[in-house]
Amino acid sequence: MQKRLILNSELLSITVDRLCQQLIENHNDFSNTVILGLQPRGVHFSDLLVDHLTKITKKKIDYGYLDTTFYRDDFRRRETPATANATKIDFIIEEKQVVLIDDVLFTGRSVRAALDAMMAYGRPSKVELMVLINRKYTRDLHIAPDYIGLDVNTIETQKVLVDIGDGKKNKVWLVNEDK
Amino acid sequence: MPLSQKHLLGIKDITADDINLIFETADNFKEVINRPIKKVPSLRDITIANVFFENSTRTRLSFELAEKRLSADVINFSASSSSIKKGETLLDTVNNILAMKVDMVVMRHASPGAPHFLSRHIDANIVNAGDGTHEHPTQALLDSFSIREKLGGVAGKKVAIIGDIMHSRVAISNIFALQKQGAEVMVCGPITLLPKYIAALGVKVELDVQKALEWCDVANVLRIQLERQQIKYFPSLREYSIYYGINKERLSKLDKEITIMHPGPINRGVELNSDVADSEHAIILDQVENGVAIRMAILYLLANSGA
Repeated sequence: MQKRLILNSELLSITVDRLCQQLIENHNDFSNTVILGLQPRGVHFSDLLVDHLTKITKKKIDYGYLDTTFYRDDFRRRETPATANATKIDFIIEEKQVVLIDDVLFTGRSVRAALDAMMAYGRPSKVELMVLINRKYTRDLHIAPDYIGLDVNTIETQKVLVDIGDGKKNKVWLVNEDK
Repeated sequence: MPLSQKHLLGIKDITADDINLIFETADNFKEVINRPIKKVPSLRDITIANVFFENSTRTRLSFELAEKRLSADVINFSASSSSIKKGETLLDTVNNILAMKVDMVVMRHASPGAPHFLSRHIDANIVNAGDGTHEHPTQALLDSFSIREKLGGVAGKKVAIIGDIMHSRVAISNIFALQKQGAEVMVCGPITLLPKYIAALGVKVELDVQKALEWCDVANVLRIQLERQQIKYFPSLREYSIYYGINKERLSKLDKEITIMHPGPINRGVELNSDVADSEHAIILDQVENGVAIRMAILYLLANSGA
């Protein structure tokens, strides 16, 4: 297995800062905006981002977790069943601008499921997508992110390893699986 | 991690890990059924037959609601309006239903072991919704789930099952479920309504209901199942109510607060008085709500295990 570092912790914090500034540009004081991190892996990145965003804006931002397990399109088609995670949304998303946050955008199927899952909570006025890593040329569905941490050219056999969270190294690797 | 079984025939067959997985999944479904839109598309390509050879209101409604909340296609079958009356066998009836491409069967039958028999002959996932006086696994799971929710856990808790143990599938399934999770179990009732070898299951046996209440953290009060009693097991309902009925007076004699459960339907004034059934100690309606979440979790996990 070969792996190449594509984001170190220093670059990661610069990227998070840039993404926060882009969000502030479009959402002002976040009074009409809510942020949803996608379970299970997207929430590590969204925790990091929202933490930084709160420090910059000094405002309380409506932030929750969204689990897409029950909306996936590969139910009964996977070898190991997906385990559900907690959804935590303590606010109304009706008529709000929603920013969905995930760590890696690959086929687009998780985001499709997330859009369905989110609609169970109401009808947002607008939905945007932020991803830390945008894998290009691998989409199954036409899903395009609004905010991108890093564009990466990958082939299907490669994997993106996001090592973010408590006790993690805050690095992102591109991994070539051995055949 | 999938379930260890492809059917839910009884609590006896499943492991503590299975129970844990069902509870964790049910936590998520409980959140789903409290959303503005209470439906998820998980089982949209699954057809489920509810095959009820015995009367049921709440279990059947609960299953049907769970199936619809999961977006499954549902067909209902009841023995009273079917070809059973024309002499068709159980296996033929179910095979005919399966020929219509049904993926899962939820079955209630008056004969103990009927779903086990069926599981040896058909491919579909089977959920036992009660087989005679044998097991009622989904009821036991929702009871434990409700205890876990109210008291924060099941392990180490003392649960007294009070009433007609002899004719109760709920009692047997509850004993297995509670023991697998590390709870202590006591059964209490008139000696005529306690099975002769019940102590062999590792449960305490008590004849005095007041002593049982003093011992327990949770009292699961069962209905007197007159429809299953071929002979008289006690002189009268009035006498049963005096000696075994749970009322406020009995509870006020305790130096602690205990949780009261009942699988329904309640015979008010017989096993449970209204002043207890409607009190804040009773979690009877929470049990009903949790029943839908637990059944959603079971159907979801079984559908995932593959037929």
